[in-house]
Amino acid sequence: MKNFGYTINKDRQIDFDKTDKRISEYVREHEPSFNICIACGTCTATCSSGNFTELSLRKIITLVKRGDTKGIQAEISKCMLCGKCFLACPRGVNTRNVIIKISQALEKYNI
Amino acid sequence: MKKRVTIIGGGIAGMETATYLASMGYETTLLEKSNEIGGHLLNWEKLFPTMRLGKDVVNFIDRGIELSKTNVIKNADIIDAKKAGNIFSVKLSDGRTFESDAVVVATGYDLFDARKKEEYGYGIYDNVITSAELEILLTKEKHVLTPTGKVPKRVGFVHCVGSRDEKVGNVYCSKVCCVTAVKQSIEIKEKNPDAEVFCFYMDMRMFGMHFESLYKQAQEKSGVNFIRGRLSEACENMDGSILVKVEDTLAGKPLRMSIDLLVLMVGMVPSEGTKKIGNMLGLNFGANGFLKSQDQHSLSVVSNVPGVFFTGCCVSPRTINNVFADSRSAAIMTASYIEGYPIEKRIAELK
Amino acid sequence: MNYDPFILPFSIGASILILTLILKYGYWIYKLDKDEKIKIVRGFFSIKLFKGIREVFLESLIHRKIFKENALLGYMHMSLAFGWFLLIIGGSLESKIHSHRPFNMPYEPIFFKFFNHNINIYPWADEFKFIMDFLLLLVLSGVVLALIKRVWSRLFGMKKTTKLRIGDRFALISLWLIFPLRFFAESITSGLYNNGGFLTGNAGKVFAYTLPLETLYYPTWWAYSSVLCVFFLALPYSRYMHIFTEAVLIFLRNFGIKSCKVFNAYSKVEVYSCSRCGLCIDKCPLLTSSRIKDTQAVYFLQSVRNKNVKEEKAFDCLLCGRCQEFCPVGIGLNNIRVSQRLDFAPGLQNFNFINPQQKEKATVAYFAGCMTHLTPTIKIAMEEIFKKAGTDYTFIDKDGGICCGRPLMVSGEIMKAHKLIEKNHNLIKESGAKTLVTSCPICLKSFKEDYKLNIEIIHHSQFLLRLVNERKISLNKSEIKAVYHDPCELGRGCGVYEEPRQLLQKTLSLQRIKNEKESSMCCGNSIGGLHVNHVQREAITMDATAALLKYKPELIVTSCPLCKKTFAKNPETGVKDIAEVVVASMRN
Repeated sequence: MKNFGYTINKDRQIDFDKTDKRISEYVREHEPSFNICIACGTCTATCSSGNFTELSLRKIITLVKRGDTKGIQAEISKCMLCGKCFLACPRGVNTRNVIIKISQALEKYNI
Repeated sequence: MKKRVTIIGGGIAGMETATYLASMGYETTLLEKSNEIGGHLLNWEKLFPTMRLGKDVVNFIDRGIELSKTNVIKNADIIDAKKAGNIFSVKLSDGRTFESDAVVVATGYDLFDARKKEEYGYGIYDNVITSAELEILLTKEKHVLTPTGKVPKRVGFVHCVGSRDEKVGNVYCSKVCCVTAVKQSIEIKEKNPDAEVFCFYMDMRMFGMHFESLYKQAQEKSGVNFIRGRLSEACENMDGSILVKVEDTLAGKPLRMSIDLLVLMVGMVPSEGTKKIGNMLGLNFGANGFLKSQDQHSLSVVSNVPGVFFTGCCVSPRTINNVFADSRSAAIMTASYIEGYPIEKRIAELK
Repeated sequence: MNYDPFILPFSIGASILILTLILKYGYWIYKLDKDEKIKIVRGFFSIKLFKGIREVFLESLIHRKIFKENALLGYMHMSLAFGWFLLIIGGSLESKIHSHRPFNMPYEPIFFKFFNHNINIYPWADEFKFIMDFLLLLVLSGVVLALIKRVWSRLFGMKKTTKLRIGDRFALISLWLIFPLRFFAESITSGLYNNGGFLTGNAGKVFAYTLPLETLYYPTWWAYSSVLCVFFLALPYSRYMHIFTEAVLIFLRNFGIKSCKVFNAYSKVEVYSCSRCGLCIDKCPLLTSSRIKDTQAVYFLQSVRNKNVKEEKAFDCLLCGRCQEFCPVGIGLNNIRVSQRLDFAPGLQNFNFINPQQKEKATVAYFAGCMTHLTPTIKIAMEEIFKKAGTDYTFIDKDGGICCGRPLMVSGEIMKAHKLIEKNHNLIKESGAKTLVTSCPICLKSFKEDYKLNIEIIHHSQFLLRLVNERKISLNKSEIKAVYHDPCELGRGCGVYEEPRQLLQKTLSLQRIKNEKESSMCCGNSIGGLHVNHVQREAITMDATAALLKYKPELIVTSCPLCKKTFAKNPETGVKDIAEVVVASMRN
């Protein structure tokens, strides 16, 4: 009795049992500071590309951690790697490397 | 001969410790570098969570000093402090030396210099002030005005300025700023009922008794708006108001707004006096620059030098009721040390 | 004509070596760009050829740059290189004079003492004996030092010395044996035929008492020849390839060929020119502050040569340029590091959303840079100064602009970077400016190297000095004791050392410090070090800060927003950018 009749419309929830954690694991392995993000949003607030587009690093990191990776590739390719987020992060996340690792993982797993 | 204790630092921590040590019969000297005792609390109008007057607590502590007959020395500029054998000597610049059998360090905290976080504009734009400056405005004024003399239509509070921030070198939480922000936002609404008040936070640390209900009161009765998002930078508009850039993380979108008065919740850093006295006496410093206790749980007022105890914010950020508890505990431990209680033995067993 | 079978190993080895070198170098030069090949031809028939010869003499033989850094190391390299070179020249002269022929077999000078027992009869015999022995002694002293350096590198003031691979080991051991064997061969010969100088002659006399000269005589010459053969065969597979490649590099560089961020044939020449002297190791802040021991330039070049570059090592470099500055061979180490990052960079890119417009026109274009927006005092100071001086300027990225592209470049994303460069380039062109002033040294280096702007590109410190010299603004002198920190990208990166100092000296009491200008220490927060974590950076920052605070300044001045943010962390002394200092001085 798992599917409560929602067979026509897919539910919006993050089904954590089923989401794809490979990207998250790849990034965790290669850039450990990925773990210490507290999603404060300073990175997104200061983002150079954020002036022109919807790129939100906080959102990308949070969704990657949850395994919900749809549409991330299009967003992350807007990053200019300028480094303002790195300079603003209060936790010391190596944001630029996190972005590069996420891109590498997306390419590797063909998402 | 009567046993003597020197207490370095005339804020509320030092004062309360002095009161109890003096009342226990020790010859107690309280050294304070400025020309009044009471420390930072002198500049605080109302205290969380009950909004009672800070003045009441100051008077209570002052009374304690009066009743205990502590020897209070103001304008004391300490140039040396050392231990020879079992006797401590603290030397002042005017030549006086105070010898004692124990020393209590209560040198407290300084506020984080918000100029170091220059992207927030303190010291650059007129309408950016710190929480301490706001508190003074709250004690003096009927209505709160911006530094440029306007009545603010929007007031913004920025949490965690100089705390939890690896980029300025302070990674710890300063404990009291979140609840202070809530308190001050309620006060602003009382003084300027037509103003809109916003709090930009990373987390809401409402750990103490009644803190959570204060938070709820701020939302419910005062209509304060809480936005989860940490400020990345602030700029100045043509009219002098501050334009803040933040990501509204809960809504998932970047947000900008013009604020007439921006208040930075500056954290606590170890004071200059703490560093100076700590180095003179050979005390250990912890990772964040505060003084290090022998044991975080059971010996928080005991230092690595036998006979030197500490209390108050020189060890870590504390609330006022913590400071009362600390100071009385420091008084007891100092007294028992002087009376010969083998603290060292107990410490050794802990390891 | 003199001949003996023992010369065969030497001759075969030498021939194979020469052939290998001609093929290798020929192939690399063939692989260069058409423009670069034209530069070679032009340069060959110009004064640049002589400049090249002069530099080869000074650096490949005398190793002047190594001498400047570390005298003992310099002597070691010089005695081996220059000593051997002179031995060859001396030997050739010797054999030509003796045989009265202008051309001899190449092995004749090498084995001169074997073929010519009775040398006392020809002109300058005594002088040659002395000179050849003296040179042999010189080289032997170098060999001894090299041996010592292997086991006791601290004597050379070096904390670490380079590790060896198998090709290196063969070449190293054979190289070490060459001159001792020559010494033995010549001494034993002298012991038998008395044709040695002060060194070999006397040694020969001693050996006559202690060793069976007749039995050893022929085998030692065989050994000498064989060891030379092993060395020649191992050379192209070892670090000693640098002996010849360095000369090729010097000529190519003098002809105008430059190192490049994409790995090309010139980069290959650079890689093989590394003599593994190890000077780069101790200069690296990752070693001295963060204890990372395996990413320094010498090891990295080794991995490039062996085609096993690890991704972390490619990104584990701050690109601060200290190694490059002190490399005696002048290899473009930063560019080679970046060139290896290209392979690991993902290819995703989409900058179509950026369509900026530049409406204002002015004579001066001011580009603050991304980082400067996080240090607003700098851009506010610049605007105030522009207004006071009456400069006709336009602030290109006033409301936050497009990144200059250098962070993408140094991460290996060269294609992506060029897309941003194109957009910024158009903005700057549209402004019609004749001068581009920027507050960020990273942007400065990018504009100079990667953009093709035909206008003047300067840093704000240079512009401010100009304003002062043209009397558009005036500064008050104060006695504040200050130290100036040279940012990596402005100093080593763009060569701007003097103008900031000249400007500061007009208004502060500037102190000189030990690690300044080319030796300045990296603040730790460079955009090049993608893989360096924040604990490692913190260590570098602390060391760099301590080096400045040692002079107990009242103020630290720098000219880079990243450096400013990094040094502002320290609780002791305030940090200001040059623009802020100028503004404060103007106002008084």
